[in-house]
Amino acid sequence: MAFDIYDFTTLTSSIHQSLSESLPPLAVEMIEWTLVGLSMLIFVALFGLILVYLERKVCALFQQRLGPMRVGKWGLLQTIADFVKLLMKELITPNRADKFLYNLAPFIVIIVTFMAIAAIPFAKGLQALDFDIGVFYVSAISSLGVIGILLAGWASNNKYSLIGAMRSGAQIISYELSVGLTLITMIIFAGTMQISGIVDAQASGWFIFRGHIPAIIAFIIFLIAGTAETNRGPFDLAEAESELTAGFHTEYSGIKFAFFFLAEYVNLFIVSAMATVLFLGGWQPLHFGSFEGFNQVMDFIPPIFWFFGKVMFIIYMIMWFKWTFPRLRVDQILTLEWKYLLPVNLFNILLMTLIVLMGWHF
Amino acid sequence: MNNQVMFFLLSAIILIFSVLTVTTRRVLRAAVYLLFVLVATAGIYFQLQYNFLAAVQLTVYAGGIVVLIIFSILLTSHISERAPRASAAKAALSALATVAGAILVLLTVLQFNFTPARLEKVEPTVTNVGRALVSYKEYGYALPFEAISILLLAAMIGAIVVAKKESNQEKQK
Repeated sequence: MAFDIYDFTTLTSSIHQSLSESLPPLAVEMIEWTLVGLSMLIFVALFGLILVYLERKVCALFQQRLGPMRVGKWGLLQTIADFVKLLMKELITPNRADKFLYNLAPFIVIIVTFMAIAAIPFAKGLQALDFDIGVFYVSAISSLGVIGILLAGWASNNKYSLIGAMRSGAQIISYELSVGLTLITMIIFAGTMQISGIVDAQASGWFIFRGHIPAIIAFIIFLIAGTAETNRGPFDLAEAESELTAGFHTEYSGIKFAFFFLAEYVNLFIVSAMATVLFLGGWQPLHFGSFEGFNQVMDFIPPIFWFFGKVMFIIYMIMWFKWTFPRLRVDQILTLEWKYLLPVNLFNILLMTLIVLMGWHF
Repeated sequence: MNNQVMFFLLSAIILIFSVLTVTTRRVLRAAVYLLFVLVATAGIYFQLQYNFLAAVQLTVYAGGIVVLIIFSILLTSHISERAPRASAAKAALSALATVAGAILVLLTVLQFNFTPARLEKVEPTVTNVGRALVSYKEYGYALPFEAISILLLAAMIGAIVVAKKESNQEKQK
């Protein structure tokens, strides 16, 4: 089986060939679907655990503590122990809850994250879905996640949950606009919505350098709005523990709670991965114009390490926001979006169009 | 083969949940069943390789309209509320209208002589979408685009007027 860490197309095509030799096409397709689904499942579960561990360590770093240290070396097994504990907990359903919607809500949230993650390019040839409208697909799918949150809040039949769901709904609907407009800005620059096309176009230089001023403004707005989209601090008033116990997931226990928790961290990954794809070149190595020696050294590092390096950098920045800024009030959140981010964003689209038309980019 | 299995699965979802949408007595459940219908319709568009329309279906209907419906239900109704049962006469009339409508649609569809489309495939690149949107020639959408802009503007002005607080002077009158 051919394996090349620089280009996964050889691996996938060799799997496809060896399966096709002995099996009918229908079975081959079924086995390939199952393989892709299983690898997504394992990736999400493992990466979620790693992110929870990282979050606790980063939080500890900012508060001058050590964080989890007891379970395993440097507390590495702590999140696995927590996960096993969550699996064994009782699943409690409130007496007056709408049972069907109450049980449906966590699944909507987690299915939406899986559908979005399918379009993420991890490395060359390592992408499950590559639509010609890839970026639009990701934004369309992630607009469904809020439905799960709204249903969870309402079906729990709990005032705290309902208030949390309303806050989160208002916040996500508003900030979706900013995320969409920054995506449009970068689509204007790239000229295509296909994710592999956007990544390929950055082989000679990442969009954040080539698009200079409007790309940097779009990057900053995308980071702010992306943080709000994932309901993370300082935008976490949907689950503000000092006011609302735990917001929309107050009534959830055990693995259903874990679904919301996992979905939050996977959404963090999706936002960071989209920022990486649109602004930081996806899995493309860092290249500077004509420094041939430097470019060759950078090419030596495999693309998958480039991708995860950049994603981890953005995840670290978003965690940094959470443990640095105080939580915003609901009116401050809406003022920030509608009075500042939206007008800046619209102006930025005009600026980007002007720069693309005049050819003032690299 | 695979495509047919998926088509029958999606059609079954659409049919079952369409019926459930209008028969359930809990208003939020009706909204969720409607969501399933809309998402399954998007699935059929994906099956037809009509990715752009599928994504539009998801953003506008599932992500936009259903979210707004759910949001307004959250604001106005309580979890214990049930819609009153329809009277026998109403139910009979609705059943009659449904059956008549179904017969009409079936007759039209079965009698229509379908020919395979001869249109060339258009890549949904940014340039093509933009050109189609503002072109006034054949297959251009300039007129509907502008008409919808006016409608949206009117709706926005209306929303602002409704939501605007009365000024102090008017209150004193």
